[in-house]
Amino acid sequence: MKVLVPVKRVVDYNVKVRVKSDNTGVDIANVKMSMNPFDEIAVEEAVRLKEKGVATEVIAVSCGVQQCQETLRTAMAIGADRAILVQTDEELQPLAVAKLLKALVDKEQPGLVILGKQAIDDDANQTGQMLAALADLPQATFASKVEVADGKAQVTREVDGGLETVAITLPAVVTTDLRLNEPRYVTLPNIMKAKKKPLDTVTPADLGVDAAPRLKTLKVMEPPKRSAGQKVPDVATLVEKLKNEAKVI
Amino acid sequence: MTSLVIAEHDNASIKAATLNTVTAAAACGGDVHVLVAGHNAAEAAKAAAQIAGVAKVLHADGEQLAHGLAENLAAQVLAIAKDYSHILFPATASGKNTAPRVAARLDVAQVSDISRVDSPDTFERPIYAGNAIAIVQSADPVKVITVRTTGFDAAPATGGSAAVESVAAVGDSGKSSFVGQEIAKSDRPELTAAKIIVSGGRALGSSEKFNEVITPLADKLGAAIGASRAAVDAGYAPNDLQVGQTGKIVAPQLYIAAGISGAIQHLAGMKDSKVIVAINKDPEAPIFSVADYGLEADLFQAVPELVKAL
Repeated sequence: MKVLVPVKRVVDYNVKVRVKSDNTGVDIANVKMSMNPFDEIAVEEAVRLKEKGVATEVIAVSCGVQQCQETLRTAMAIGADRAILVQTDEELQPLAVAKLLKALVDKEQPGLVILGKQAIDDDANQTGQMLAALADLPQATFASKVEVADGKAQVTREVDGGLETVAITLPAVVTTDLRLNEPRYVTLPNIMKAKKKPLDTVTPADLGVDAAPRLKTLKVMEPPKRSAGQKVPDVATLVEKLKNEAKVI
Repeated sequence: MTSLVIAEHDNASIKAATLNTVTAAAACGGDVHVLVAGHNAAEAAKAAAQIAGVAKVLHADGEQLAHGLAENLAAQVLAIAKDYSHILFPATASGKNTAPRVAARLDVAQVSDISRVDSPDTFERPIYAGNAIAIVQSADPVKVITVRTTGFDAAPATGGSAAVESVAAVGDSGKSSFVGQEIAKSDRPELTAAKIIVSGGRALGSSEKFNEVITPLADKLGAAIGASRAAVDAGYAPNDLQVGQTGKIVAPQLYIAAGISGAIQHLAGMKDSKVIVAINKDPEAPIFSVADYGLEADLFQAVPELVKAL
């Protein structure tokens, strides 16, 4: 069974982004970029499925600028067998990415597509679900455990009240949550091997997809600022302030 | 223009998140309808009909809708989606799971986690873990939206008297099935709706200590209990307590963070709280930058002392 793993190149999770002074967007010039942490978890899970003998091939895919190649090489260093870059400089939103992925799903016919539940830049949490709907596949989102057997996946999901387990027929789409696994450290030998693994480039036009964005960003603003707080010297003062000043207890 | 709100419910009653979503729907302009899709959900449908500002309730019933499986729920929404200008889900696990399927099948963009409605086609939403707010405009004929419930007041649960209309339930997709669940049962207020939250971080050191230290304070204040990702990852607290960018988004009147350093991703989940108290023995902890009241102290001393002083 082939496993397709979409990965996104995003601003590194440690970076505290700043809003541009002209309010047109967030300043990401010269900022450190990394693989979306949830997608890293997805690559790790796919590689583990291969190590278990459940998956025969792990294919990483990324959509976006040329530099996404670096993200794909990282995926291959973790253990993906080959990679596909859908190259475009145009702004990509989840619906377009889902359509691009669907074209690849039609082509590659994977038994499982596994990707992160959300990207930490747009926090959209849509792509996996949209892909599943477009390809008419079942989905299991926010996965904290995945077991594949007999043409089905049994997935434990993190939901608002705790955990829920669903069974879905394959092929299917799974999106990963934080506790699904802890990704392995990438070793230098594997980084070197990854440089030689196949990386193919296609364009949205090659896939017959209109990838134009739908939502227009009118403005990007700073969030409301909290006024400076105060340090309190002891518990007694804290209680007094909460009662009489803040009036919350 | 008419909006459709997909109700979050447990078949017997309507969950609070639905009320905030109704408010968001009303802000989009036009009438507000509510879909209650479930199994033996007549009581929930009746409750939805009483929400102030709701003009009509649609009730779809069937075993295949019992557990909110996204394939079936999305199909149910699509079956009645025609003629609605806005389709809104609360940004709960269920809403986030299902809404994008609806958007994709309608070939429209989804606007996730809106914190404000500026106009029927323009919405505000947090990006980069809430470090920026984007104002986005959709030209699509239908707006599919998930609503950040902390951004909107809850519509009154009573005062409305809408008609309840039965709609045919869609068939089972046959591709997914519910196997089981482990849902925490608690007398505490629900985390996302609680007025006071006491949250513990990794400094608690163990699940025994987490319970021993945090529970009495939460009990004293009638509070919900939250946790940082680090505490949950370490096994000190269950996942449904996680507050943060990818956990629960909360905005209580009072948020007390004990032993939480205040990573960007945690702040994303609680920085809209009205009053924030931080108890941490590290004076450099980033949490102090958002705290209204910061107590530099060892939580193992300070929290029990706080319980006694209340």
